[in-house]
Amino acid sequence: MRHFFAFIKKEFLHILRDRRTLMILFGMPVVQVLLFGFVLNNEIKNAAIAVYDPSKDEASTALVGKLVSSGYFRLAQNLKGPEEMEAAFRSGKIKMAVVFPNEFAKNAGQPDARVQLIGDASDPNAAVTLLNYAQAIVGDWQQERAKAIGAPRLEIITRMRYNPEQKAVFNFVPGVMTLILMLVSAMMTSITIAREKEMGTMEVLLVSPLKPIHIILGKTTPYLVLSFFNALVVVLMGMLVFGMPLRGSAGLLALSSVVYMFVALSLGIFISTRAQTQQAAMFMSALGLLMPTMLLSGFIFPRESMPLPLQVIGNAIPATWFNPIIKGIMIKGVGLEVLWKNLLVLTGMGLVFLVLSLRNFKDRL
Amino acid sequence: MLSISNISKSYGAIKALDDISFEVASGEIFGLIGPDGAGKTSMFRILATLLLPDQGAAKIAGLDVVRDYKALRHRIGYMPGRFSLYQDLSVAENLEFFAAVFGTSIEANYQLIAPIYDQLKPFKDRRAGALSGGMKQKLALCCALIHKPDLLLLDEPGTGVDPVSRKEFWDMLRDLRDGGLTILVSTPYMDEAALCDRVALLQNGRIMAMDTPEKITAAFSRPIFAARSADMYRLIQDLRAMPGVADCYAFGEFAHAVLDDRSLKSSDLLQYLQECGHTEVQVKNAEANIEDCFIELMKKETTHG
Repeated sequence: MRHFFAFIKKEFLHILRDRRTLMILFGMPVVQVLLFGFVLNNEIKNAAIAVYDPSKDEASTALVGKLVSSGYFRLAQNLKGPEEMEAAFRSGKIKMAVVFPNEFAKNAGQPDARVQLIGDASDPNAAVTLLNYAQAIVGDWQQERAKAIGAPRLEIITRMRYNPEQKAVFNFVPGVMTLILMLVSAMMTSITIAREKEMGTMEVLLVSPLKPIHIILGKTTPYLVLSFFNALVVVLMGMLVFGMPLRGSAGLLALSSVVYMFVALSLGIFISTRAQTQQAAMFMSALGLLMPTMLLSGFIFPRESMPLPLQVIGNAIPATWFNPIIKGIMIKGVGLEVLWKNLLVLTGMGLVFLVLSLRNFKDRL
Repeated sequence: MLSISNISKSYGAIKALDDISFEVASGEIFGLIGPDGAGKTSMFRILATLLLPDQGAAKIAGLDVVRDYKALRHRIGYMPGRFSLYQDLSVAENLEFFAAVFGTSIEANYQLIAPIYDQLKPFKDRRAGALSGGMKQKLALCCALIHKPDLLLLDEPGTGVDPVSRKEFWDMLRDLRDGGLTILVSTPYMDEAALCDRVALLQNGRIMAMDTPEKITAAFSRPIFAARSADMYRLIQDLRAMPGVADCYAFGEFAHAVLDDRSLKSSDLLQYLQECGHTEVQVKNAEANIEDCFIELMKKETTHG
């Protein structure tokens, strides 16, 4: 046991003395959560809109007021005629225009009542989002007015469960977690083992009485501890900075995170049994693990819209199974009764790669 | 202590070791002498249980390097050719780590490494990567000795080390040998060969000669003269063209001329060189050393095919 602890101590010394490793370990999770949270945000706030309102009655004023007070829109311009709209769009000053008919209040509530929403589809994603927001607000307004005046109305129902505001943070906190844990557990372990090969120290370790399992455990234990710490940081930041809920069991979340780390670590060891240099290990984990985790696991792009072959490949990626676990526990508050299958798949993946790497780990050069 | 019989190892079409056999007695410094690519490192890796031979067998203290490799790993101390310690750990941390890995402690075997480690002590908190070449080598030796091995395998320990440190290092090896340790060492430096108890001259994976350094040089039969002038390049060309001179090659500041014709004297060479128009000419008698023997043997090997 003593040589095992000596190994772990040595490993921690390596980590603490290498500024680059430290930065990846402790800077990366924070930076990624903040970047995804604030920069890569598909929520739009304070979008500039223009209004053409020839009727200028209480109903149209009330609706414009409701749009602006939602916080999503900001009234940038009152148009004097529909012809000014083109110029406003071209100049890029506005993202959406609202056009009212004459005598809006009188007609509102009638079956043929109309209000026109025009989006700037040169940025299609933003346009669709804005139009959706506006539609929902107009729908709300219609409903309130119908209650107050009792006029017949056109019913619009758009409801989202769990994430009514479609907060992006609910999607990226689990995504960042899958990515960070893969990065720290798999990439960093594969690099540190490859470094021993590159520096020639592996030659000395192999000649020592250390068994392969000692070397593997000694290498992975520090990273398991650090990964766990990183997972904690990501979850806490999601909750404290971005207001993400934790509706399910924290214990189950911790347990499943450890299972995912186990998969990632065994993948890292597996890569290091193949890669002879740090650079090769880095490329293999970046291309083979990080890219698929980001692109195919459903983190950034929805898996439903992928062609079938990519969906199948996606099934082989641990993050595909871990992502629903985090979302399930944190957002929906579900437990093992729903998530057992995902946990089982992850455990299986981890065991397969651990056996493969133990078999591949050479006792000689 | 060490017995090697008929070991061969190939990498694809390249034969790194070709039917090598030799024995090393307990308490002996045995040197494998040869240029880069002669097969020295392959031999060490096989003995260190890191590489499997294609043919042949090797036994260390009665243990087979292939079958008993696990038991053997406790008994050998191996220092690879490249500096193989953790550069980001301090001198003391490296030593502690290797002691722990071998299930021992610095204190338990301190006596063995004391003469070497005492020189390192002032730097014990310095990172290994910041040590000089000579210090690195001493630290690596300490780490290889910390578990009190029966056999020390040193693969080119002199590479990248200044001459003064090299000499100190060899003094340490001789002290260790006097303490009963068996040492197998390889080197491309012919001057280090003379410091071994016995040597094997290795070329292209074959042993060309094996004996004590004295006997190997004594077996060199032909007279040698050392010569120098202002234009060394032309001097070598001219001597090679001189009747009665078998071979001539650069040797430090001088050129060594090996003679076929025993009747030639140093004055004959001096006269010949002056006639060729050389200035500042010096010619003196020289003793054959390992390098001369090595070159002669190498030439024989190539001419005999």
